[in-house]
Amino acid sequence: MFEQLSHLALQQYWWIIISLLGSLLVFLLFVQGGETLIYSLAKNKEERSLLVNSLGRKWEFTFTTLVTFGGAFFASFPLFYSTSFGGAYWVWMAILFSFIVQAIAYEYRSKPNNVFGPKTYEVFLLINGFLGTLLLGTAVGTFFTGSQFTVNQGNIAALSNLTISQWQSPLHGLEAVANLENVALGLSVFFLSRILGILYFMNNVDNDQILERARKSLLINIFPFLIVFLYFVTRLLVSEGFAYQPGTGVVFMEKFKYLHNFLDMPLIAAFFLIGVLLVLFGIIKSIMSRTSSGIWFTGPGTVLTVFALFIVAGFNHTAFYPSVADLQSSLTIENSSSSHYTLTVMSYVSLLVPFVLAYIIYAWRAINNKKIDLGEVGSDSHAY
Amino acid sequence: MIENIDLSLVNWSRGQFALTAMYHWLFVPLTLGLSFILAFMETMYVRTGDEKWKKITRFWMTLFGINFAIGVATGIILEFEFGTNWSNYSWFVGDIFGAPLAIEGIMAFFLESTFVAVMFFGWEKVSKKFHLVSTWLVAIGANLSALWILVANAWMQYPAGMHFNPDTARNEMINFWDVLFSPVAVNKFLHTISSGFILASLFVIGISAWFILKKRELLFARRSIIVGAVFGLVASLFTILTGDGSARAMAARQPMKFAALEGLYDGMSGAPLVAVGFVGNQSDTVNNYQKDLKMKIEVPNLLSFMAFLNPNAFVPGINDMIKGNSEHNIMSAQEKIERGRVARSTLKAYKDAKDAGDSVKYNELKAKFDNPAFLENYFKYFGYGFINNPESLIPSVPISFYSFHLMVILGFYFVLICMLALRYALTNSLEQHKRFLRLAIFTIPLPFLAGQAGWIVAEMGRQPWVVQDYLPTFAAVSHIDTSAVQITFWLFAAVFTALLIAELSIMIKQVKTGPK
Repeated sequence: MFEQLSHLALQQYWWIIISLLGSLLVFLLFVQGGETLIYSLAKNKEERSLLVNSLGRKWEFTFTTLVTFGGAFFASFPLFYSTSFGGAYWVWMAILFSFIVQAIAYEYRSKPNNVFGPKTYEVFLLINGFLGTLLLGTAVGTFFTGSQFTVNQGNIAALSNLTISQWQSPLHGLEAVANLENVALGLSVFFLSRILGILYFMNNVDNDQILERARKSLLINIFPFLIVFLYFVTRLLVSEGFAYQPGTGVVFMEKFKYLHNFLDMPLIAAFFLIGVLLVLFGIIKSIMSRTSSGIWFTGPGTVLTVFALFIVAGFNHTAFYPSVADLQSSLTIENSSSSHYTLTVMSYVSLLVPFVLAYIIYAWRAINNKKIDLGEVGSDSHAY
Repeated sequence: MIENIDLSLVNWSRGQFALTAMYHWLFVPLTLGLSFILAFMETMYVRTGDEKWKKITRFWMTLFGINFAIGVATGIILEFEFGTNWSNYSWFVGDIFGAPLAIEGIMAFFLESTFVAVMFFGWEKVSKKFHLVSTWLVAIGANLSALWILVANAWMQYPAGMHFNPDTARNEMINFWDVLFSPVAVNKFLHTISSGFILASLFVIGISAWFILKKRELLFARRSIIVGAVFGLVASLFTILTGDGSARAMAARQPMKFAALEGLYDGMSGAPLVAVGFVGNQSDTVNNYQKDLKMKIEVPNLLSFMAFLNPNAFVPGINDMIKGNSEHNIMSAQEKIERGRVARSTLKAYKDAKDAGDSVKYNELKAKFDNPAFLENYFKYFGYGFINNPESLIPSVPISFYSFHLMVILGFYFVLICMLALRYALTNSLEQHKRFLRLAIFTIPLPFLAGQAGWIVAEMGRQPWVVQDYLPTFAAVSHIDTSAVQITFWLFAAVFTALLIAELSIMIKQVKTGPK
């Protein structure tokens, strides 16, 4: 089946899968957003435990999606993996550090003799919530603004300077925070994750005081989100983009490239618009009607919006990881991918994804058939 | 000749990867084995309806959870360090190595993480049978994830199912099944997971022994020991079997590593196996790298038999592979280096011709990369073209030798411990054998040590290669400042150590508290 597809079709298929994983990851960052709120939405130890336990039953999905996102990127576009991870060293290390401390924070927080005390593990959750979202968003921002690297595959045969991908900035990725668009996307992801976290709590936690504070917090977070997100989208639509010529692969700057991509791919433009509307609808519905179902609009809206942004970054002859140090080193889905054979094998494996989603939904429903409350946290022997 | 290699960067990068991998391997084997032990115990609960089995399962599940979290924490960094610290490697072999990692995520991690939530939080929310299925799926998911990462590692030891594409300057997969079912991969997977089963079994036996010594929870302890001992005994016998298979695969495909872990410098027919010995100082004025073994006890012909199932077979030694041995048709290291340089310079000329648009030369050189004779006689030695000094092809003999022998001796010791535990448990005489119970407690850290030694054999023994014969470790490293790696090395060392201390402290407290 997949063997019959052209290499380009497989590259596009895998970019769609990467986009889907990336968009699901951003949705699942509600865990990180929720972590940044455990002190503002909870006013005592018991309430804080309630929020931590509510998030604690989901953190592994975000974590696993991040790992799978990384693995899928490695397998399908290994030149991105070697260039970005090996170059933007500090950004990725900071992101990873924030996830390392998260992984143990839930399990160890309330256990007796945990050496450092519950507060330390709560600080770990805050580190993960703030750094993880902000830096992931900022790193993805460079997909549209470019990074400072060069790529020369011939280096592997050279007599010195053997490294294929070389970063040209001594800051090794930290220079991304000097770009307003990158920061705007980072902040957008940060505030969006907080909004998703609030909506998740409204859906999952049974506690009136917390819900009241959550609703107020939603109002506080929506405005900065709209400001930074609109700034990012406006800049994206009016700025030059990194295009390449089909056939030769020569990269050049094109005015309004990302706007053109939306116009050339109306379905993706529709996804983006519907996604943004769903995000806003979920938020407004939650504020106006005291519903707990806002997450079911804002969540899918997030997936559609982020999916559209990833597609716009990599489709329609666009360099998805552009280099501002050497334009011709920019990475496209065509020049950075795995071979036809490997993408074919992986495509067969991707057929498992619907089954994976099905059993995740089944298992979630089985253990989340009612909201979590203080009583349940108190009686659960595996409480965090 | 390769110039300007920053060995300090290479060594710190190796150090950081080794640090992460060694910490990761403190926690993962316990997850691999304990997950199955939980599944066995819960199966007993569901089949018998005996609440005591539920209590036993839940106690070990608490310890499983504490350990599982830190295994996850150290695992994520390991995956991404392939990119952050080994960027050349990521490109050169990403077409092959990345696929198992991605499959691991899709097939195994989601299975594990989804059902671990049901396992921890579903006791009162789902049916007994659904909970049991979840526990089994956690065990299968954990071990399935080990399969894929071990397949990837095995490919680095024995690159199979691939060809080199000069246009992309990398190796590309041409046969997935050759990668998945290579003899190295099969043995490595079975050997590694069964070592995890032993570790978890001895963990259960040791902690249960402590309860018996304290005269607490005797039924819980005895039942736990029976499960641990049966599982441990089967696993330890299986580990010996798969270890034998691994050794044979190594002798055929990584003869330098095989010679190093036996300290064999001069190859011989009917080679003996060194059961015990000490690596001496430099012993040969001509071969200044040579360190002969002292006070060794040998088993005649066993090494030849182990390697080739023939007690009189010739086993090549380190000197044979460095200097060559025409009688046994072994090429010298210098000859391989020369051929590797031809392969690399051909690739360089190919890339230059492509960049210059010289289509005549480009096509002429491209034909070489399609020529089986060139691939067999030159490209096969591509990695040797990076090497300046033949002696750098020799891994550390003392480290390889001691790690290997420690692992093997401990492996046989574990069989004995499991047999004794099972015998005393079945004869209901555990309480009378206090010395054995103390020994069982003392044994808890030993399989961790054996596991670390095993990975040292696997990874240090194959140096200087990151991909056997194709890519030396120093050519795989990322282009970053040494100081950056030093900072992250110490940061991870501090964080992992702090987390290990917390884990041990929590676990000891939970053990002292006992089953609820």
